[in-house]
Amino acid sequence: MARKLPHKDVVIVGLGWTGSIAAYELADAGLDVVAIERGPWRDTATDYAPNFAQDELRYRIRHELFLRPDQTTFTFRNKMSDTALPIRTWGAFMPPNGVGGGGVHWNGETWRFLPSDFVLRTHLIQRYGARFLPQDMTIQDWGVTYEELEAHYDRFEYLCGISGTAGNLQGRIQPGGNPFEGPRSRPYPNPAQQQPFSHALFAKAAQELGYKPFPQPSGNMSKAYRNPLGVRLGPCTYCGFCEWFGCANYSKSSPQTTILPVLVRKPNFQARDNSEVTRINTDPDGKRATGVTFVDTRGEEWEQPADLVILAAYTIFNVQLLLLSGIGAPYDPIANRGVIGRNFTHQTISDVTSFFDKSRFVFNPFIASGAIGMCIDEFNGDNFDHGPHGFVGGGYMGQVQTNGRPIETTPVPPGTPRWGAKWKQAVRDNYLSALKPGTGVHGSMYSYRDVYVDLDPVYRDRLNRPLLRITMDFHDNELKQNLFLTDKFAEIFRAMGAQQVVKEYRKAPYDITKYQTTHLCGGAVMGEDPRTSALNRYLQSWDVPNLFVLGASAFPQNAGYNPTGTVAALAYWSLEAIRNRYLKEPGPLVHA
Amino acid sequence: MPDARYKALYVSAALMLAACRFPAVQAGDPPTAQDFTEIERGRYLTTVADCVACHTDPDDGRPFAGGRPIETPFGTVVSANITPDRETGIGTWTGRQFDQAVRQGKRADGKRLYPAMPYVYYTKMSEVDVRAIRAYLGTLPPVHHEVETNRLPFPFNIRWGMRLWNALYFDSSPFKSDPSRSSSWNRGAYLVQGPGHCGSCHTPKGILGGDKVKRALQGYSLQGWFAPDITADSRRGLGQWSLEDISQFLKNGHNRYAGAAGPMAEEVMHSSSKMTDADLTAIAQYLQDMPGHSTARQPLAAGDPRMKAGGAIYQDLCAACHHQDGSGVPFLIPNLRAAASVEAQPTSVLRVIIRGTRTVGTQNEPTAPAMPGFGWQLKDEQIANVTTYIRNSWGNAVPSVGADDVRKAREELQARSE
Repeated sequence: MARKLPHKDVVIVGLGWTGSIAAYELADAGLDVVAIERGPWRDTATDYAPNFAQDELRYRIRHELFLRPDQTTFTFRNKMSDTALPIRTWGAFMPPNGVGGGGVHWNGETWRFLPSDFVLRTHLIQRYGARFLPQDMTIQDWGVTYEELEAHYDRFEYLCGISGTAGNLQGRIQPGGNPFEGPRSRPYPNPAQQQPFSHALFAKAAQELGYKPFPQPSGNMSKAYRNPLGVRLGPCTYCGFCEWFGCANYSKSSPQTTILPVLVRKPNFQARDNSEVTRINTDPDGKRATGVTFVDTRGEEWEQPADLVILAAYTIFNVQLLLLSGIGAPYDPIANRGVIGRNFTHQTISDVTSFFDKSRFVFNPFIASGAIGMCIDEFNGDNFDHGPHGFVGGGYMGQVQTNGRPIETTPVPPGTPRWGAKWKQAVRDNYLSALKPGTGVHGSMYSYRDVYVDLDPVYRDRLNRPLLRITMDFHDNELKQNLFLTDKFAEIFRAMGAQQVVKEYRKAPYDITKYQTTHLCGGAVMGEDPRTSALNRYLQSWDVPNLFVLGASAFPQNAGYNPTGTVAALAYWSLEAIRNRYLKEPGPLVHA
Repeated sequence: MPDARYKALYVSAALMLAACRFPAVQAGDPPTAQDFTEIERGRYLTTVADCVACHTDPDDGRPFAGGRPIETPFGTVVSANITPDRETGIGTWTGRQFDQAVRQGKRADGKRLYPAMPYVYYTKMSEVDVRAIRAYLGTLPPVHHEVETNRLPFPFNIRWGMRLWNALYFDSSPFKSDPSRSSSWNRGAYLVQGPGHCGSCHTPKGILGGDKVKRALQGYSLQGWFAPDITADSRRGLGQWSLEDISQFLKNGHNRYAGAAGPMAEEVMHSSSKMTDADLTAIAQYLQDMPGHSTARQPLAAGDPRMKAGGAIYQDLCAACHHQDGSGVPFLIPNLRAAASVEAQPTSVLRVIIRGTRTVGTQNEPTAPAMPGFGWQLKDEQIANVTTYIRNSWGNAVPSVGADDVRKAREELQARSE
C-alpha cells in the first residue's frame, strides 16, 4: 500500500531537459512543483569532474551515465511475426538516467526542423500526390507550425548559448549559414565554433561541388556565455569527450549548466531523485489524473497527489507509463486503431570512413567537440525534388567527427586484421589521416503502420510490470533514402582528396545491437485528430486534460535532424499554453 | 537592490547616526514592537553583522536559536540562543545588558564572553545601532533551546581569564570618523571595523588570538582556510580590483577575478549579498584605502625542477578551466594571476586542490561553479609542485610549497567534516 505524500500543484516525471524546463516555468508561475527522477542527482564537479570525466572505458564502453538494464529494459523484435526478446545491454540507443537526463551526455547538436517538416503529410501530397507515399506510411502533420514554434526555438537556443551561423534571418538568406532553414528572428546567441582541419576541408570540398556548407549549430560554447537566467557557461576546450560524457568544463549546455542552478534556489521546487514513477493515477472514470505512484530505492511505494501531471521521461518510458496507467487507447496495428504506441520512429544513420595520404593530411581527430562540424542541408526534408528518386525524406550530412578517442575511433582500411601486429600498424598508419564522422548522414525515419510499441505479453521488470515491446524495422523508403544520401556524402570525401572511401550504408533489418542515435521518437504523438494522436497540439492528453506529455514521444515522425531543439521548443510551446491558458481555466485546450 | 525602501533606510540610518551624538536615547529602555523604523533598521544591521551565521546551528536550522560550534584556535565555543525566549534566550535581558554583551563582551550575569563573539569589533558600533538590533531580535519568535556555550579545554574554559585578555587586546574606544574623508568612506570604515567585523577573519592574530592592529585586514588562517589580504596591496591584496569589482564580489559572490568559497561564501550568502549597493560601495572605498605590506620578491626560476614538474601537472589538470595563462573565465573560473588567495599562505590553495570547493550561488550569479578535489589523484609532492608552480607564475611570487606542507594540510583536512 503506497503511503500518501502531501499534495502538490504539479508533479513532473523525469528531470531531464523537458522536466527541467517544465519545472522552471511552473515554479516561476508560482506553483508548488515536485520533480521525480528515476536516477541520481548529477552535478558537474562531483559526477563528471575534469580529472576523471574523460574516461572512454567507463563512460563510452561501460555506459556509466545510462540506465542499468537490471532496473528496467524493453523487448525488441523486427517484425510483428517475430517473438520479442528482452534487451540486456544497450545498443542502438542509450536510455538516459539521472538528473539532466540525455542533456548530460548529448553532443549539443541543436537543430530546428524545416517548416515543411511540421506539415509533412500535407506538403508531400501537395507536391507529389498521395500515391507517391508508400501505402503503409502513416506520416502526419504535427498540428503546430514552424512559425508558431520559432519563438520557442529561439528561447531554447538563448537558454543554451548555442553557437552557430544564422542562415535565414527574418527571411533574408545569410552567407555562411544554412540557406534552407526556416526564418529565425535573430542570430544565434554565440558565433559558431572554430572548425578543425578536416571539418574545414569538408566545407571547402562541399562548396566546390556547389553545396552551401555551414557550421553545425552547437551547444558547445564558442565563448563564455551568460544565459537569460543568469547562469554561466565557459568556453569549450575541444577535448573530444562530449557525446556519452558529461562536460567537466561547464562548456556544454545541459540542465545543470543552464536551468538547475536557478531552479534549486526556488523554495517552491523540490526534486526527488532515485525514485521511479510506476504509474500515473487517475480518478475512477479515468478522466482526470490524481498524481503518480513511485518507488524509492528501498522498494517503498509512495503516492504523490497533484493537480497537474507532466510526463517528461525518455520517449519509450513516456509511452510505457501511459500504457501501464491505462491512459489513452493502446495502438492496434492490425485494426489500425488506438493511439498509444503508434508512429514510433528512430533515425536513418549511415557513415563513410575515408583514408587519406598520411604524408599530406594530418587531421588531429582528437581536437573536436560534440557538435563540431560542417554540414550541408541540400538533401534534407524536401529541400530537393524527390520525384525522380522514388522516396521521401532526407537528412543533413557533414563532417561531424566528435572525437579521436582511442577505443572507439581507430579506423583501419577494410581487409586489416581485427587484432595483432598488423592491426596495430594499421592504426598507427591511419590514426591521424583517416576520417570517421560517426553519424555523417543523419536521415529521417518516417512512420509506418507496423513500427510501434506496446506492452510485452511475456517479459516483466523487477516490479512485475510488463516491459515495453518495440517492433521496428527499416522500410524500403528509408533504405533508398540512405543509399542516395550516403553516395552523395561519399562524393564529398573523394573531392577532399581521400585515397579510399568506405561507405557503410544503413541496411535492413534494423540492428538493435549497434549504436545509431538515441533519437527515439513517437509513440504518444501530437496532432489534430484524437483518432490518430495521443496529444493535442499543446501536448495535452486528449483523454486526461490535466496530463501533458513532453518529449520526442510527441513527434508523429522523425525529421533528418537531431531532435533536442524541437523537443525543447515543443516543451516551451506547451508550457506557454499551460501558463497563459490552462492555469486560468484548467480543461482541454482543444475541443476535438 | 537600491530601491526606495533601502534609500529610506539609509537616510534614516544617517539621521540616527547624527542623533546619537546627543545623549537622547536611553539604552535601558527596550523599544516596543510598534517602533517599525528602529526594528527595520535593526533587521538590516543584524544582516550586516551576520548574527544569523554563528547563532544558527545548521543541523538544527532554527534561526538565531544558537548551538553552532565555533572553532577557535583554543577550542570550540558554542553560540548562544539570541531569540527572545525568556528562559534560554535573551528575553529577559535589558537593553543595557544586551549592549554590554555586544559591545563590551559581558554577559547579563556579569561573566565574560569569549572573543569568538566579535565584540572587539562590535564595540565600534553606535549605541543606537545595537539598540536597533535588540529591537529587531525582540520581534523574532522565541525558541526554547538550552545551549552550553563553553566547551573549551582547561585553562581556556576559565572565563575570568578573559579579563586579562581584554586588558591586553580589547580596545573599547568608540568608532572615530575621519572628517577629511567623504561620508561614504566613513560609512565604509564604520561597517568594516564595526558590524561587518571583517577583521575577525582577515586580520592577523597574535598567539592569544588578539588582533595585530597594525596589520589590519592583511590576511589570517582560520578554520582550514586563509582569509586573504583585503587591503589595497597590489600583489597580496585587492589592489587590482576596481571599486565595482569589490562591491560586485560582496553582492554576488563572484566578479571577473574570483568566486567566494568557504566561510566567505557563507558571509556573502547571509550578509553582504543582502546589503545595499551604497553600503557595499562604501566598504569598497574604505578597503581601497587600506595599506598593504608586500615586499618585492623574485619568483622561482622557470627552469627549477619543481616549476617544470608543477607546470606539467598544471597543463594536464588545471589549464582546461583556468587556462594556460592562469586567467580563468570571468565569473566562472577564478583568475590565478596575482590573486589574493594565491599570494598568501597556501592554506586555501592546498585545501581547494586536495578537497575541491563550491563557490556561492546568489540571486545575480546563481551558477555556483565548483572545483573538484584532486587529493585522491595526486601525491603530496605533485600537489606541492603544482602549487609552487601556480605561486610562481604569471606575476605571482610566493615561497615554494613542499611535500611536507601538503601532508600536514591533508592531515588537518582529514579532521574536518566540511
